[in-house]
Parts: sequence; C-alpha cells; structure tokens
Amino acid sequence: MSDSRAVLEAPDVHRALTRIAHEILERTKGAGDVVLLGIPTRGATLARRLGDRIEQFEGVKIPVGSIDITMYRDDLRLRPARPLGRTELPPDGIDGKIVVLVDDVLYSGRTVRAALDALNDLGRPTAVQLATLVDRGHRELPIRADYVGKNLPTAKSEKVKVYVQEIDGRDAVLLMKGDAR
Amino acid sequence: MNRHLISAGDLTKEDALLILDTAEELARVTERSIKKLPTLRGRTVVNLFFEDSTRTRISFEAAAKRLSADVINFSAKGSSVSKGESLKDTALTLEAMGADAVVIRHSASGAPHRLATWVRGSVVNAGDGTHEHPTQALLDAFSMRRRLGGLEGRKVTIVGDVLHSRVARSNVLLLHTLGAEVTLVAPPTLVPVSVGSWPCEVSYDLDAVLPKSDAVMMLRVQKERMNAAYFPSEREYSRRYGLDRDRFAKMPDEAIVMHPGPMNRGMEIAAEVADSARSTIVEQVANGVTIRMAVLYLLLGGETA
Repeated sequence: MSDSRAVLEAPDVHRALTRIAHEILERTKGAGDVVLLGIPTRGATLARRLGDRIEQFEGVKIPVGSIDITMYRDDLRLRPARPLGRTELPPDGIDGKIVVLVDDVLYSGRTVRAALDALNDLGRPTAVQLATLVDRGHRELPIRADYVGKNLPTAKSEKVKVYVQEIDGRDAVLLMKGDAR
Repeated sequence: MNRHLISAGDLTKEDALLILDTAEELARVTERSIKKLPTLRGRTVVNLFFEDSTRTRISFEAAAKRLSADVINFSAKGSSVSKGESLKDTALTLEAMGADAVVIRHSASGAPHRLATWVRGSVVNAGDGTHEHPTQALLDAFSMRRRLGGLEGRKVTIVGDVLHSRVARSNVLLLHTLGAEVTLVAPPTLVPVSVGSWPCEVSYDLDAVLPKSDAVMMLRVQKERMNAAYFPSEREYSRRYGLDRDRFAKMPDEAIVMHPGPMNRGMEIAAEVADSARSTIVEQVANGVTIRMAVLYLLLGGETA
C-alpha cells in the first residue's frame, strides 16, 4: 500500500520490547511465576522475544507458549470459517501462574476477550495480564493493557500493521490510511 | 470449500489440506482436560442414519458435541421411516426443525446428493451405499500424514472388497488429490467395472505390491453385501488376500497397516498384525473424531450462506 508510513522502525520496536520485558520483571517481582502466552501469529513471535529478553536480563528462563483464539471469536459468523492457529502450552501448564497475554495490536479488545475465554478452558492462572506492542484505541469492551509498547492515536478508518523479522523479514509498525468513507 | 461434503472428489487439494491442517490443531484440543470448544454454540447437527453404524455415528456425535453444537440423532429403525415416510419428507421435517447440518448414512448411493437439493443446511455424507465415505478417507489421510510425515509421492495399497467399498473409492479420489499413488489389490470379482476411470493402479497380486507400499489399508470383507459367490471360500480369500505375519514381514520397515474397522480378525487381517505398533487402527478411531470436528467447523463455523 502506498499510503502507509512507519510509526515505529526496527530500533523503536526493539526498545519497546526491552522496556516491556523490564516492566514485566518489575511488576511480577522477578517473573518467577510468569508464563508468556502469545496470540498467533505475531503475538506468539513477540512473546518468544520477550521471553528471550527476560532471560538475558535476569538469567531466568520463563515458559513461553501460544494461545489460538479463533474458536472463541465472537465474529465467526460474519466471515467464512478461518484456518486455526496453534495453541501450545508450556509443559507445566498455567494453573497458579501469572499469565501474560501478548498481542501485536490492541484495538477493540474482542481478541483479548476471546483469549480470556480460551484461558478459562485451559486452566486457572492466579492472574492474567496483557502486553501489547501497539495500543491503537477504540475499545469496544472494558479491557486495558498492563504493558504497552506504544500508544498510537488512530482513526477507525486507518489500519495498523505490525511486521516482525521472523515472519515478514523486518521489524516495523505501519499505519495505513484507510479509504475516507 | 463447498457447502456440502458429499464426495471426496469434490475437494480441491487446498480444501483437503485445510481440513487436515485444521484437524492437526484440533487434535491438541482432544489432549487437554476440557475438550469442549464453544464454536458451534446454537447450531444444530442432525445425525440421520438409515443404516446401522455405531462408530461413525458416535464419532460424528462426539465431534459435534465437542464443538458445542446441539445433536439430534435420528435412526431409521423405529422412526417414521419404518412407517413409510420418504427421504424427502424426512428431509423437510428436519429442515422445519432448523438443522444447520445433516449427517447422512444411507444404503442407497446418491442419497446425500438428493438430500442436498432439499435442505438449506450443509449435508455431510457419512457413507452412501457402495459410493462414498469422504470423512473416512479424510481421517485415513490424516492418520497417514501423521505417521508418514506427508502424502506426496507415497505409495498406498488398498486391499480387499473394493467393489462394495465406499471407503476405497473415497480414498482413491482423496489420496490422488493429495499426490499419493494408490494401488488397489483385490480378486478380479471384487474390482468394480468402472475402475478404469479411477486415478489408480489395479493389481491382483498382493505379494508383488507389498514390498513397495508405504501404507497398506485392509478393507473389511462385507459379508452382508456378499449375495453372490465372489470367491470360493473365506479360507481361500484369507490365503491370497489376507495380511498375515509372513506378508507383514515383506512390507518395508516403516510401512504402516490400516483398517477402517470393524475388522474380521483372522480373515483379512491377522490379529498380531492388527495389534502391532505399525498398525494405526486404534489411532484411526481417535483421528475420526478430530477430522469430523474439522469438517463441521469448516462447514458451519463461518458465515451462513
């Protein structure tokens, strides 16, 4: 798309993730009971990166997994059936842990609601927190993030796209102008 | 994907792979303690079984329930069908009850196809006469892919009563779509006339084919359909086309043995072969639930047309 600009470039993304990793360590007092669960596809990649950073900083290896929310979406009937992502829980599960959900963009909050439902079927964490690289506003549910990489004011017509090295070959956050309807 | 699943031949390679990949993710759900997903809440699946079948019906029922659909079981025995109701009237009754999907098993080939023209919901063929059984083929392909790693270029041998087997036809069509090479082995009397138009090879010599097979699928000798003399005696059939220990030893070390069940131990398959570590027979049952979940999700999980 021609009408798009990068709001975060690779170094900005790296700094944001580093800060979030530190914040997780700080708020959870060393991340002892933390499990990072990414929401596929890009949230899962970001969760792995946060896990790596936390290990670098404190030398603790924290469990990282992914949680697919497709089957829990509230808009399934609005579109054709979509392919499923992967749910991969750490071997010790999530019971009694502090689960940090990781997603790339926080928007309506409906994905996070679906993730909370999915978690409910997987176990009973002591607490659930939310980390997101970009919070673009326009919430439709009473949901907020605990860790935010960047607060990005957007118009509803705009699109936010997160690129990650592992999947897209580069790290960046793009804001695309939508058609002015 | 089509709205209905009537023939394995209707599936494109993309459709088939989507179903297998979806099943792969759903298999993880069956491993956890809460096996239920909310996805088909409020949808109704009718199991319409005009022919006896325990495992297929239970498998579809389990699949629908794990996706939170409401399930209505309708078997022809003791129903209005035994009072003379036609398939069409039965279909219209189900339609009036608001069925989102009808899973049909019927002794007449083509019954699901007719049904699809009468109901608004999705029709899933759970076996029609000697025609097709697409979800069985899908679960077989899924079981093979999990054991063998892939299907492209793999050699699959299907042995036995091909003439009466809907499983064989669906498997040939689907495996061909997925890039596997299928060889049918059967006594000449149990090979259908139309086989020339099927995308597969035919052989009458099991011993020659076994050493080149990655997967060997034994079909049940369907005694209930044997109303003519297709072979001299069960003993002779078993000698020439049964998978016993000696034949099993001729297969490559990594090759697997499959059977859609129910099997006649000692007839088409020896007990020790059926129970060996390279037999997927029990897995196939578990995979059946998973693959049917995938089919129901992909047919019913999205927007209604």
